[in-house]
Amino acid sequence: MTTPGMVLRFSVEGGDYAAAGEAASKIKKALRKIGVDAGVIRRVAIAAYEAEMNIVLHALRGRLILEVAEDKLRVIAEDEGPGIPDVNLAMQEGFSTASDLAREMGFGAGMGLPNMKKCSDTITIETTKDRGTKVVMNFDIDDDGVT
Amino acid sequence: MKTRYHSVVLDEEKCQGCTNCIKNCPTEAIRVRGGKAVILTERCIDCGECIRTCENHAKKALSETLDDLKNFRYRVALPAPSLYGQFKRGVMPRAVLAALRQIGFDEVYEVAAAAELTTYAVRTYLEEYTAANDRRNLPLISSSCPAVVRLIQVRFPGLIPRIIPIDPPYVTAAKIFYRERLPELDYPPEEIGLFFITPCPAKITEIKTAVQAGYHVDGAIPFVSIFGKLQEQVEAGEKIDVLPKSTGVGIGWARAGGESVAVKWDNSLSVDGIHHVAALLEEIEMDKLNDIDYIEAMACPEGCVGGALTVENPFVARVKIRKLAETVNDKELPPEVAALGAELYAKGFFYSGQELPAIPALQLDKDLGVAIKKLEQVEGLMTKLPGLDCGACGSPTCRSLAEDIVQGNAQLSDCIFILREELEELASKLLLLSQKRPPALGKTGSEKEVAKSESKESSGKD
Repeated sequence: MTTPGMVLRFSVEGGDYAAAGEAASKIKKALRKIGVDAGVIRRVAIAAYEAEMNIVLHALRGRLILEVAEDKLRVIAEDEGPGIPDVNLAMQEGFSTASDLAREMGFGAGMGLPNMKKCSDTITIETTKDRGTKVVMNFDIDDDGVT
Repeated sequence: MKTRYHSVVLDEEKCQGCTNCIKNCPTEAIRVRGGKAVILTERCIDCGECIRTCENHAKKALSETLDDLKNFRYRVALPAPSLYGQFKRGVMPRAVLAALRQIGFDEVYEVAAAAELTTYAVRTYLEEYTAANDRRNLPLISSSCPAVVRLIQVRFPGLIPRIIPIDPPYVTAAKIFYRERLPELDYPPEEIGLFFITPCPAKITEIKTAVQAGYHVDGAIPFVSIFGKLQEQVEAGEKIDVLPKSTGVGIGWARAGGESVAVKWDNSLSVDGIHHVAALLEEIEMDKLNDIDYIEAMACPEGCVGGALTVENPFVARVKIRKLAETVNDKELPPEVAALGAELYAKGFFYSGQELPAIPALQLDKDLGVAIKKLEQVEGLMTKLPGLDCGACGSPTCRSLAEDIVQGNAQLSDCIFILREELEELASKLLLLSQKRPPALGKTGSEKEVAKSESKESSGKD
């Protein structure tokens, strides 16, 4: 990303199911306001939602950061939490370590990271056991890729 | 296409400049300026929510009236199915249709009858689409509510491809009339006036702005403007015998959920009320409802029976429609209707062909770079505004005021809290200045008194 453009930050609380999804929803509204292509908005919103849910389901607290420039979008999700023990395993569809409570509420289908990967153009994951995780997802604004 | 035409307008004389309507508008399309509400035409979706909300009845719908019948030699009424739910229990469609004839129409063609053909078309389209498409291209969304369609164009443009491209029942009614009845009549098409009898303003706007290919609906007359006359005729009794063609399948379309029941599509979901619809569309946009095939979304509470231009309480009307539909077979499409539906569907008769462009009315700027800068300014202003969304500035929320300021349509001091702060600052500055005097004049009276009281206090302590 050449010019940083605009940066918006949204904090996310672990275990706060009532507010879950609000950060992704705000990101979606912001992108709509600046007139990003509807297909791109959809990809970013879905990826941001999954990232937000991962923080709610697994971490203590964290935040989503949206960076917008004219050519690129970036969503960063960083949290203080347990970290991901095996990233490759977590990338597999259907794999989940979500709690029974989360599953009872319909979450934890094991599609979070796979969906984030599918929706973004590039994704990098840094994770440290018992410290936390940082996921960086980049999206091309022009390319309306089908997810 | 005249996209900026709106049937919903303001009656300036009645508007008191309160802020009830701005808070309830699903597209934030209303502002109060100079003590009067102003509708931002690009954003308005004609849902009629403001008509419902306004206690002073300052919002109204422009429409045709019975006087307009004079412009035609042969007048046809196309009554919406929800009209049947407006009268006392026991009043059957037959009586309502006769009443329409008795107030000046030469012929009545029931939209409820056309809705049965639409039922066939929607079901067939659903079968074809679900067989050919991946689940991520689902659910499809009904096209029958024009306010919902417009809401999608303004707020959810990514969902435009999900709108079922089948004409709403009143259009099918008009097309069928042109196909079946026109050849039998001795009038040229321009001397025949087709009027949709409407429960809502969104249909009026749709009629005025749609590209009408192969048919022509000349206007719309709201329930509320002719109800009194119809009621009189219903009470006076039938002088003309009109045989209703519709069954419960078509009549059921008047209420929320009726469409899905008629189409007999199990894996469907029905939602009504424009704010509920918007919340559900958010979910669909996030791919959370891919396991559902078909969404029946109605802008008005309880469906068309709750239209802003109806007379009866929506909940009461809904029950009346359900009971009525049950008494005249709401289970199966009559075989001859299904046969005609199949014949017409094969010819593409129901295909709407309406181009539905995205309406970028909520965008801050056409240019992405400029829009980003503007959004940054909005975010900056949000840190200054109180976040109470009180509406006293005339914009519905603090965020919308921030946007209005960035667009040059409002200023920061429009916020009464900011104004108060500014005044407070100014007042303290004034006070400070008033106490200053050129050294030649010596200390002011107030400064002397302050000095005195201070010395008293300190002496009192001793």
